[in-house]
Amino acid sequence: MDLALIFLRRLSHAVLLVLAVLVLNFLLIHLAPGDPADVIAGEMGGATEEMLAEIRELYGLNKPVIVQLGIYLGRAVQGDLGQSFFYNAPVSELILGRIGPTILLVTAALSFAIFVGTFLGVLASYKPKGFLSGFVTLFAVIGYSAPIFWTGLMLVIVFAWLIPVFPIAGMYDVTLDNGPVGRVLDILHHLILPALTLGIVYIAQYARLTRASMLEILGSDYIRTARAKGVSGPKIYGYHALRNAIIPIVTIAGLQFGSIVSGAVLVETVFSWPGLGTLAFDSILARDYPTVLGILFFSAVLVIVANLITDIVYRFVDPRIRTGG
Amino acid sequence: MKTLTSVIAATAIAALTATGIVSAEPKSGGTLIMGTTQKARHLNPAVQSGIATAVPGTQIFATPLRFDENWKAQPYLAESWSTSEDGKSITLNLRKNATFHDGKPITSEDVAFSLETVKQNHPFKSMFAPVVSVDTPDAHTAVLNFDKAHPAAFLAMSGALLPIIPKHVYGDGQNAKTHPANSKPVGSGPFKFVEFKQGEHIILEKYENYFIEGRPYLDKIIIKNYKDSTSATLAMDKGEINFLPFMSATRDIARLKKNKDLAVTNKGYEAVGPLNWLALNTSNQYLKDKRVRQAIGYSIDRNFIVNALHGGLSKLATGPVAPGSPYYAADVNKFDLDLDKAKSLLDEAGFKAGADGKRFSLKVDYIPGPSEMQKNVAEYLKPQLKKVGINVELRAAPDFPTWAKRVGGHDFDMSMDIVFNWGDPVIGVHRTYTCGNIRKGVIWSNTQSYCNEKVDGLLTMAASEQDQAKRISLYQDVQKIIVDDAPQIFLNTLPYHTAYSNKIGNAPLTIWGSMAPMDNVYIK
Repeated sequence: MDLALIFLRRLSHAVLLVLAVLVLNFLLIHLAPGDPADVIAGEMGGATEEMLAEIRELYGLNKPVIVQLGIYLGRAVQGDLGQSFFYNAPVSELILGRIGPTILLVTAALSFAIFVGTFLGVLASYKPKGFLSGFVTLFAVIGYSAPIFWTGLMLVIVFAWLIPVFPIAGMYDVTLDNGPVGRVLDILHHLILPALTLGIVYIAQYARLTRASMLEILGSDYIRTARAKGVSGPKIYGYHALRNAIIPIVTIAGLQFGSIVSGAVLVETVFSWPGLGTLAFDSILARDYPTVLGILFFSAVLVIVANLITDIVYRFVDPRIRTGG
Repeated sequence: MKTLTSVIAATAIAALTATGIVSAEPKSGGTLIMGTTQKARHLNPAVQSGIATAVPGTQIFATPLRFDENWKAQPYLAESWSTSEDGKSITLNLRKNATFHDGKPITSEDVAFSLETVKQNHPFKSMFAPVVSVDTPDAHTAVLNFDKAHPAAFLAMSGALLPIIPKHVYGDGQNAKTHPANSKPVGSGPFKFVEFKQGEHIILEKYENYFIEGRPYLDKIIIKNYKDSTSATLAMDKGEINFLPFMSATRDIARLKKNKDLAVTNKGYEAVGPLNWLALNTSNQYLKDKRVRQAIGYSIDRNFIVNALHGGLSKLATGPVAPGSPYYAADVNKFDLDLDKAKSLLDEAGFKAGADGKRFSLKVDYIPGPSEMQKNVAEYLKPQLKKVGINVELRAAPDFPTWAKRVGGHDFDMSMDIVFNWGDPVIGVHRTYTCGNIRKGVIWSNTQSYCNEKVDGLLTMAASEQDQAKRISLYQDVQKIIVDDAPQIFLNTLPYHTAYSNKIGNAPLTIWGSMAPMDNVYIK
């Protein structure tokens, strides 16, 4: 099928999906007891009836939910995601300020997981009953089973406190005035523990997947033929086997983009990483409806885009899909 | 007009020195790096109460007065002041060299505008409710006129309660609560705004034209956000930050106390007066009887709470005013643990124990979040009240709004709660006890639905009593009645502590602690 047609079809699905995400979440969040006026009163250490009424009036919270939904959707389609109740700033400004750190964290974790996981998987497939293979399997089980926040806290205790080689939290040290290069290095230094935490679960998955996939392919006829022809071991592994084994990995990577973004909520919270996850966490607690909806809108878009990219990448990795349509 | 207080700037500096606010050898330079778990909505304390805004807000904005560690008013933006004989007006004489951070002069018009903004937008309405007008006879004189004597105005003009904000910025007709300048303020205090990344950090730097010559000593203040107390404590222990106020987790406090490079103190929270109490809904079928409320008081071992649950780091609270305040009354019913007395009070009230030892059941709510002051104490209540035949069921709330909705809506039997005094009793104490402040839907109003006309009368008298000794006496009388009526069982003060590096000189330890200007803090 033509790539442009696929893109258009996916886009129309995406618009409907985003609309459903907004409506469903708008209604869900309004089901919870309490409203932003209570949170603002809590932050202030007290309030009066007049003040609560004024806050509700200011943010349109005194209108029926269905009217609020209509107003919100009307503005959203015009690109106006509203004003944050809690942060007193436009939601789009808040999200744009936080999306960079989240993308950095997620792509770092995902790239790290894919490369290391695939590498470990290939190594493990070399001798399926060897020590390394056993180690990779064990690591995969532990990495997959450990809750992400626990892994993060353990890494903080070990590498930020007992052996203080990494910072505890944040994305960079605001107290350092070390120029652009210094700032980039500082960000990378701060990125290691959160990316590792987020990546470990996925390293485990990719390692297992690659190992299984490689073992299946290494037992296939064309590999045996290649060996019979005298093709060298590294070429068999690197060119013939891995190229085919990597297709399920690309599939999983695309599908996992959504879950890795939700994993980022936990990791960002543990490491005070100033991304969308931290913003989402704070906004939910603060009943900051416009910000929560804005983030859900953005993450829905991110997942859809990632799936679209996966589809396109397929076509480059697997010639059968490219030609078969 | 009879001058009751008149202090000139030169003698004021001497007074500051005498009261120990200024110590020897301060030097300029250096950065104070503060850790916090509080996320500020914005930086304008005129329209936003709470610690998160107050700490940076008091560095950015000056107030007319400041208070020392002995609860004595000191000159700040007002170099002197006087009160009329009938107490119905206070005249502030402002410094003539004071400018906002954009270079424009601070005038009496700005004081009048700021007070009006606070009066309209701040949640603590009682601070300036009696103000009928603010006269500005000249650019450096502001006269506050009240409909009755209002001594609470002095504390209300300090800390973060009356920041002087620029009329030429905030007076542009936009809503003060959502004004864009709230997040990029033009201030009047010792440090000017540089950067505010919500939930990440706030950067402030020395204002070179600050109205007190030679101050501030610090070049910068950086406030870094941490997700929780543990992370902030680790950062302090590692030396990533050098100042950590409002610590309340006792394990973290105990841990930092072991670090020889740090000083850890509970000074600086006297004005905040943070109380942890068990609120009793007096409209409940059982709790409407005073004897039942008192019986609950006699059933709780507050020494166990303070010493076992809080490691001895909190203090016993005995009434609605926190210890450390000049208005605190020690001579009240302390409700020392007495289970037999509790049982006989419950019998008297007509709630005899059944064959199974049970009398009745009550639910207890608590504020979600750090559990030490709230959930843990609530859990302790369950077995403890069972000893006198009261079955207690814990009711958790998933988040703050849920709890606030229940307690504010009077939909509770008993609830753990944390309430601050905020300096003068008029500001933070009256709201919990006056009959007129029983307002359904408003958290931290009189949610216990407690009403005693005698208490109302005494509070009204104390609010406008000019003689400080008489005022204290009135507040002590009213505390005895309130404690005896037991709309709450007062448990403990929050164990707020400040940890700071030994390299910090003149750490801010006045009654407002870090919610006061740090213009005399320096790095050794």
